[in-house]
Amino acid sequence: MKLNFRLVIFILAIGFGVFFSMPSLLNTEKGAKITLGLDLQGGLHMLLGVKTEEAVGSRMKSIAASVKHFTDHNDILLDTLSASEDEVKFAILDPDDAPAIDTMLKEIEGAVVNYSGENYALTLSAESIEKTKKEAISQAIETIRNRLDQFGLAEPTVARQGSDKILVELPGIKTQEEEQRARELISRAAKLELIAVDEDRAMRVYNMTDAQAAQYGDIILEENERPEVKYLLKEIPILDGGLLTNATVAFDQNNRPVINFALNSEGAQIFGDFTGKNVGKRMAIVLDGKVYSAPVINERIGGGHVQVSGNYTVNEANDLAIALGSGALLAPIYIMEKRSVGPSLGAESIRNSMVALIGGFALVFIFMMVYYKMAGVIANIALVANLFLILAVMSLFGATLTLPGMAGIVLTVGMAVDANVIISERIRELLYEGKSLHKAIEEGYANAMRAILDANITTLIAAVVLYAYGTGAIKGFAITISIGILASMLTAILGTHGIYNSLESKINKSKNPAFWFGISKKRLG
Amino acid sequence: MEFFKQTKTIGFMGRSKIAMIISVILVLGSYGLLITKGLNYGVDFAGGTIVQVQYTQDAPIDVMRKQLSSNAMFKGASITEFGSPDEVIIRLKTSSKDISQDVGDVTREALQGTGEFKIRRVDIVGPKVGNELREKGVMSLLLAMLGILIYVAFRFEWRFAVASIIALVHDVSIALGALALTQIDVNLDVLAALLTILGYSLNDTIIVFDRIREGITDTKSSNLSDVIDESVTKTLSRTTLTSLTTFFVVLTLFMFGGEIIHSFGFTLLVGVVVGTYSSIFVASPILMWLGFDIKNFHGKLAEKAKREAEKEKMRAQFEQGTI
Repeated sequence: MKLNFRLVIFILAIGFGVFFSMPSLLNTEKGAKITLGLDLQGGLHMLLGVKTEEAVGSRMKSIAASVKHFTDHNDILLDTLSASEDEVKFAILDPDDAPAIDTMLKEIEGAVVNYSGENYALTLSAESIEKTKKEAISQAIETIRNRLDQFGLAEPTVARQGSDKILVELPGIKTQEEEQRARELISRAAKLELIAVDEDRAMRVYNMTDAQAAQYGDIILEENERPEVKYLLKEIPILDGGLLTNATVAFDQNNRPVINFALNSEGAQIFGDFTGKNVGKRMAIVLDGKVYSAPVINERIGGGHVQVSGNYTVNEANDLAIALGSGALLAPIYIMEKRSVGPSLGAESIRNSMVALIGGFALVFIFMMVYYKMAGVIANIALVANLFLILAVMSLFGATLTLPGMAGIVLTVGMAVDANVIISERIRELLYEGKSLHKAIEEGYANAMRAILDANITTLIAAVVLYAYGTGAIKGFAITISIGILASMLTAILGTHGIYNSLESKINKSKNPAFWFGISKKRLG
Repeated sequence: MEFFKQTKTIGFMGRSKIAMIISVILVLGSYGLLITKGLNYGVDFAGGTIVQVQYTQDAPIDVMRKQLSSNAMFKGASITEFGSPDEVIIRLKTSSKDISQDVGDVTREALQGTGEFKIRRVDIVGPKVGNELREKGVMSLLLAMLGILIYVAFRFEWRFAVASIIALVHDVSIALGALALTQIDVNLDVLAALLTILGYSLNDTIIVFDRIREGITDTKSSNLSDVIDESVTKTLSRTTLTSLTTFFVVLTLFMFGGEIIHSFGFTLLVGVVVGTYSSIFVASPILMWLGFDIKNFHGKLAEKAKREAEKEKMRAQFEQGTI
């Protein structure tokens, strides 16, 4: 056995393959490993959409809130301030206040102001609407990521897909209960509002329709724990959750979990002003459109600390604090695609595809050995090396192995051996033509090379297209096929060539081509 | 061991008319099936919902049907066995957008009291995503074919490229026809299988074409039909052998790979058989019918060689001049 450069490269490749595939095969603590796709290890995959129109609506509402705060603070009297999906309307009572209002309105980004006398109508410019929508998506991604990071699941993925979709992948989900909790955490709007109770008309709330309430610039909201209890609240909130800095879980005197949150300096200022002016009135703490409590204001509250109590379990309180602390979703999200796979199904898929892999491998293995004798054995060595190489490369890149990816590996076994069949057939042909062993090997490889290259490159083209256009699990198939083809060039072509080169004198000496190439002595003549 | 010992050339081209008739019948039949029965799009492309439930005993499908029918969410749901009697798939045409209310949870509640079960998989694909996946799927098939067309035209000649693409269309059409016939769910994995068939069938075709190219360059005869017969005969052993090994592998995948990759395996199985057939009986005759002319080709080769030689000569002169 003589060494040659091809054999050296092949041996190095085997070493590389075995060394780097070990962490994945033996599941060691250290070293780069192959990631199992959600379809194999179980987990939750979701593609979420964002209702961006609603982000524009809530922007209008928050503009209205800042108009209200400004006018309250500067003692400017307004007539009917209202906010709709795309417009904020109000009128000033004293025309002398117009300059002050104009200056304030100029500071609102993207606002388009239409006057008619004392009546103001505020809309947003097209770019500003677009920007608000875009921000809603980015903010949703950021918020969901923050919430999941704090939730403590292993390796959550949150990424933008396309221009308006959010991809969420949670491999750590094992049970339906966990999934439900994660979904609730993700989807929770966590929109906190502090809203004044309309004390003048509060008594009439049970006899009022939503439309009637709207006429007074009010809305009717239910209490969280007792939906039959209703509150008549001002439509424009005093504050919203954007001014929140921190939310933590604490316990009240009855040892029930409550959530404490802190406002930033601007929020604390507004809150202080409002409570100072409204002593004796009630203020509702509203979360996601439900009233949690509506305490009477006893005195001006400075410092900006607020407490939300409710009838939660500790888990619920924790999740709520995470959601509040990571900020509200500017716009609600909805499911465009969801795939959840239980861990037992994933394990079964692994088992099944392993059986297919081993079965297919064994069949090819035996066939090659029977049909080509030693040439088949050499091809089989290359095949094993190929498998190790695929695993090693996937481990190093941290590639994801999916169920179609497993199928890809199984298929690669069939395709990689193809190169060796082509080569062996060529060598046999040349030997029958009476060429010397050396010539038969060299010409066989040279002739086979062209066909193998063309064939592999066209398969690679299909694989690349599949990768570019495929999603999730299918991408995994494209990856294993591509790596398999490239690895097979190294093992099935270069590797086996090296082995033949080093065995050449031995084969010649043996004078037994039937043993080495499985050909009939008779036809050799 | 050897299967193919004939040293005589087999007259494939002489029988190409019969093959042609078979192919035309198969392809037209496939299109007929596609039009009349159509493909049975699964949730990936049609949108909808799938819930996979596994019972500890045989699944009580009738009881499940009764219990689910009282829930508005499961209106029009189909409930079928999946792989084994204890496993069931519930299919819905609708997909819920609501993130807080989950089909999995609803199913679990609705099936309360039907026995001990586990919900193992929930797939929801919204109509928008389904459409997008379908568009992307068709695009990927077309793009892959275009890429292959360009590559083969560049490496061989345009007639080779056209012939191989016709063979590919032939294979994919018949595979689609088989899918329409069996009404197997067409999902993303079937698309992957179709793309694999593209690559695989082309593999076979190219190896035959490579031989033909070699034969054409070496031959002194101008009869393309003879050259093709000889080349196909020479590669017959290889074509059959690799088709066999791949067939073995795909068969094990189909039989033991589990229910989830069943349709993937089936599509590939059809593809391997049709792909092998087409590389021998479809691609090569088309090459002939497209009017490939050996003399013309030789002329071009000679011209190319001449140009190369001239270039070489000029380069030599140039180098000598500078030295």
